[in-house]
Amino acid sequence: MEWETVIGLEIHTQLATESKIFSGAATAYGAEPNVQACAVDLGLPGVLPVINEQAIQMAIKFGLAIEAEIPERSIFARKNYFYPDLPKGYQISQFELPIVSKGHIDIQLEDGSSKTIGVTRAHLEEDAGKSMHEGFGKLTGIDLNRAGTPLLEIVSEPDMRNAKEAVAYMKKIHSIVRYLEISDGNMQEGSFRCDANVSVRPKGQDEFGTRTELKNINSFRFVEQAINYEIERQIDVLEEGSEIVQETRLYDPNKNETRSMRSKEEANDYRYFPDPDLLPVQIEQSLIDEIKSHLPELPDAKKQRFIESFKLSDDDATLLTSQKEIADFFEACVDAAGGETKLSANWITGELTANLNKENMDITDSPVTAEMLGSMIKRIQDNTISGKIAKQVFEAMWNGEGDADSIIENKGLKQVTDTSAIEKLVDDVIANSPDQVKQYQESPPEKQGKLIGYFVGQVMKQSQGKANPKQVNELLKQKLNS
Amino acid sequence: MHQSTLTQLSTALKEKKVSSEELTQLYLDRCKNFNEALNCFITINEDVALENARTADKKIAEGKNTDLTGIPFAHKDIFCTNGIKTSCGSKMLDNFIAPYDATVVEKMNDAGMVMLGKTNMDEFAMGSSNETSFYGPVKNPWDSDHVPGGSSGGSASAVAARLCPAATGTDTGGSIRQPASLCGITGLKPTYGRVSRYGMIAFASSLDQGGPMTQTAEDAALIMNVIAGFDKRDSTSAEHPVDDYTFRLNDSIEGLKIGLPKEYFGEGLDSNIAKIIEDGIKELEKLGASCKEIELPNTDLSIPAYYVVAPAECSSNLSRFDGVRFGYRCEEPKDLPDLYCRSRGEGFGKEVKRRIMIGTYVLSAGYYDAYYLKAQQIRHLIRDDFQNAFKDVDVIAGPTATGTAFKLNEKLNDPVSMYLSDIYTVSVNLAGLPAISVPAGFIENLPVGMQLIGNYFEESRLLNIAHQYQQVTDWHKQVPKEYK
Repeated sequence: MEWETVIGLEIHTQLATESKIFSGAATAYGAEPNVQACAVDLGLPGVLPVINEQAIQMAIKFGLAIEAEIPERSIFARKNYFYPDLPKGYQISQFELPIVSKGHIDIQLEDGSSKTIGVTRAHLEEDAGKSMHEGFGKLTGIDLNRAGTPLLEIVSEPDMRNAKEAVAYMKKIHSIVRYLEISDGNMQEGSFRCDANVSVRPKGQDEFGTRTELKNINSFRFVEQAINYEIERQIDVLEEGSEIVQETRLYDPNKNETRSMRSKEEANDYRYFPDPDLLPVQIEQSLIDEIKSHLPELPDAKKQRFIESFKLSDDDATLLTSQKEIADFFEACVDAAGGETKLSANWITGELTANLNKENMDITDSPVTAEMLGSMIKRIQDNTISGKIAKQVFEAMWNGEGDADSIIENKGLKQVTDTSAIEKLVDDVIANSPDQVKQYQESPPEKQGKLIGYFVGQVMKQSQGKANPKQVNELLKQKLNS
Repeated sequence: MHQSTLTQLSTALKEKKVSSEELTQLYLDRCKNFNEALNCFITINEDVALENARTADKKIAEGKNTDLTGIPFAHKDIFCTNGIKTSCGSKMLDNFIAPYDATVVEKMNDAGMVMLGKTNMDEFAMGSSNETSFYGPVKNPWDSDHVPGGSSGGSASAVAARLCPAATGTDTGGSIRQPASLCGITGLKPTYGRVSRYGMIAFASSLDQGGPMTQTAEDAALIMNVIAGFDKRDSTSAEHPVDDYTFRLNDSIEGLKIGLPKEYFGEGLDSNIAKIIEDGIKELEKLGASCKEIELPNTDLSIPAYYVVAPAECSSNLSRFDGVRFGYRCEEPKDLPDLYCRSRGEGFGKEVKRRIMIGTYVLSAGYYDAYYLKAQQIRHLIRDDFQNAFKDVDVIAGPTATGTAFKLNEKLNDPVSMYLSDIYTVSVNLAGLPAISVPAGFIENLPVGMQLIGNYFEESRLLNIAHQYQQVTDWHKQVPKEYK
């Protein structure tokens, strides 16, 4: 039987507010345990939550970016359950009337076509603390620094049909929240994580199959792996004639498998009800208009602009706009390179990306800045260096040896364009390679193209790469054919 | 001296007829002498009180005093006090010392008032008799076989016995007004949101409201001047202008229109109580007020609605008492469920557990619509009833409680009858209105209170009427003879 997969994602993105969603405590990551938890975060008796306006504004920003409706009235609710890292015994979240209702985004599929994925809702909630099971013997440690950190939970429609689409959707949302600067999107630190709802059904069937929920996946790669594993597992179960159990499952990246956490029957009854400590949030149209007027250029619009005004290919434009920081780097580089777009794109998507990946670095931490790269590209443009020498210059810049001009100067990498100097090298090489000259001259013209490479190589070697390759080529052809 | 009102004490302090230290010592001695008999204090903090009294005396000497600087009083043990135990009447918080002051506490400290101690109360303010306290029942100073009412029973008893000239209370379903009625003092429950709830341990967040418990309406006005107002730490506090509550005390009540809900005076009301309330209203008529029968048709739904909403909120509010971060923790928990079950099982008393269970039930999937949602709808009806009534009348008058103070243990094992005794008070909380209970008479030497209910933010008018009433009556001046 042919099966079809149905996937919906719930993405939790941590909002980059300065203080927590209901208290004045700081949200910075990595502090000593429990130093960033105030009386409100600790859930001490008598304390009360006060909503952080910045969190509201960030949520609205996101809503506008996905063309969602922003209801006039929004309500916070309590989600009740006991857990040691949940100080109040309930999480303040939203249930009915979330801050962002229906919206949508477009994702690009592998064949280049695009697909619209619906966003059901996005709601604000507070994060819980962390339970630490190591280092305390038989006890569990609780760190409440994270408790009360604002989260935006973005719930998609079950519109995705395979793991690749899910990844594309997740990447797109990641890119949007980063463009909006409402989240750092740091997946290692848990600022961006997702739960995936996965089910399969016979192709052509309208109703959904029973779904499982894969919890807390914090990388694009794991999302793909977890979903693919789960699809296989579900199809195996169904093909054996058994039934899928509705349950929550945990993905183990080490073993690449999902394991049952709890079944529907064991699921909590969260007893949601409106939080009586917080009044309903009233969103004025004027606030929405204000936020709208300050929305930055979003990935799709930027990509279109890159294609149109920079004449980039769709692929290059997609890559360069995938992160706001990359796009910013590219634009700064083009500026410094005197408007050269194609070389800038090539160097960023090629050499720079390769180096960043190798070192596992973000573009913002690149030792070669956009200005440095742009200036170097300028030197390629004006024939000071060749593209090949440029790689050497780039490596030196990467290693902190200075900017392009000083490296070219110090290492004497300036391209030799003096015809007489090149001519001398060409003559030397021809004189020292009688066999090769003979072979070249006896070959038919269509083979000569290949054989000339040897001479070019020799001349470049003698010039330590500095000879202008174009000139070398021309001179060699001239001399060998005469 | 100990029979003086706040107003009198304020004058005496300003005129330097007495120092705050002397006054504080006087009341501390009374607290220590009588607490064994009445059990109205959980904590008496003599050293801190005397130190604060001396600071107050310095301020008075320097002329940096407010009207209430140097005046001793007591806080209900539901208000968090920085560095001083706040138990909420529960074993769960017997070891709890808050690292912060409630807004009300902060404001009274800033005014220079001197806290003598923390008063006993029903556990987590759940009760109408002060018998659910982990620290044992409070006695009614008018007759120690009787309860003082609840949940602010310690405060009511202490003020009635003049162990302190005034105290704070909180009112979720009548917890200021009913004990005020049963102990013969004046108790004001302000409009919901008028007094900050920050640092006041929550029972039912949408109903809880702190307020003054005093000998007179004038004294209540003085305290309201200190504690009322918007607080940015409490999102539900009202950004509504604050009155000078003493400003209108002496206004005439000529032309005042009083509504008498027929539902409050029908069958079920003890005829002796009815007589006292009718007499009280006659006094108001003599002062120029007129009366009109009104209808509050959904009154009979208020108890069931209240006993859904309040437990629902309490079941969630009390979840934080889990033995993990503060408060009571059971010995040697063997695992997490055991830690939760035994800490909460051992730390909470019977009534609290009963309400947590009711609340958990009414919020559960499948029951939410039938109970919690329905109760919220009833709340709207009750609010509408009052708003309709206030189209025709300025205030509503009636009894505060269904009877006088009942005997200790009389209703302890009959929670439903205990709940029903809140009939005249709970609808005010459901609607969020202000109401005051003033002493209006005695039945067999036990006090009876009359309740006046006002429209939103009309505390000034209620205090004005109560004050005018107290100018022509002396019920509020009666002190039980052992405490004279």
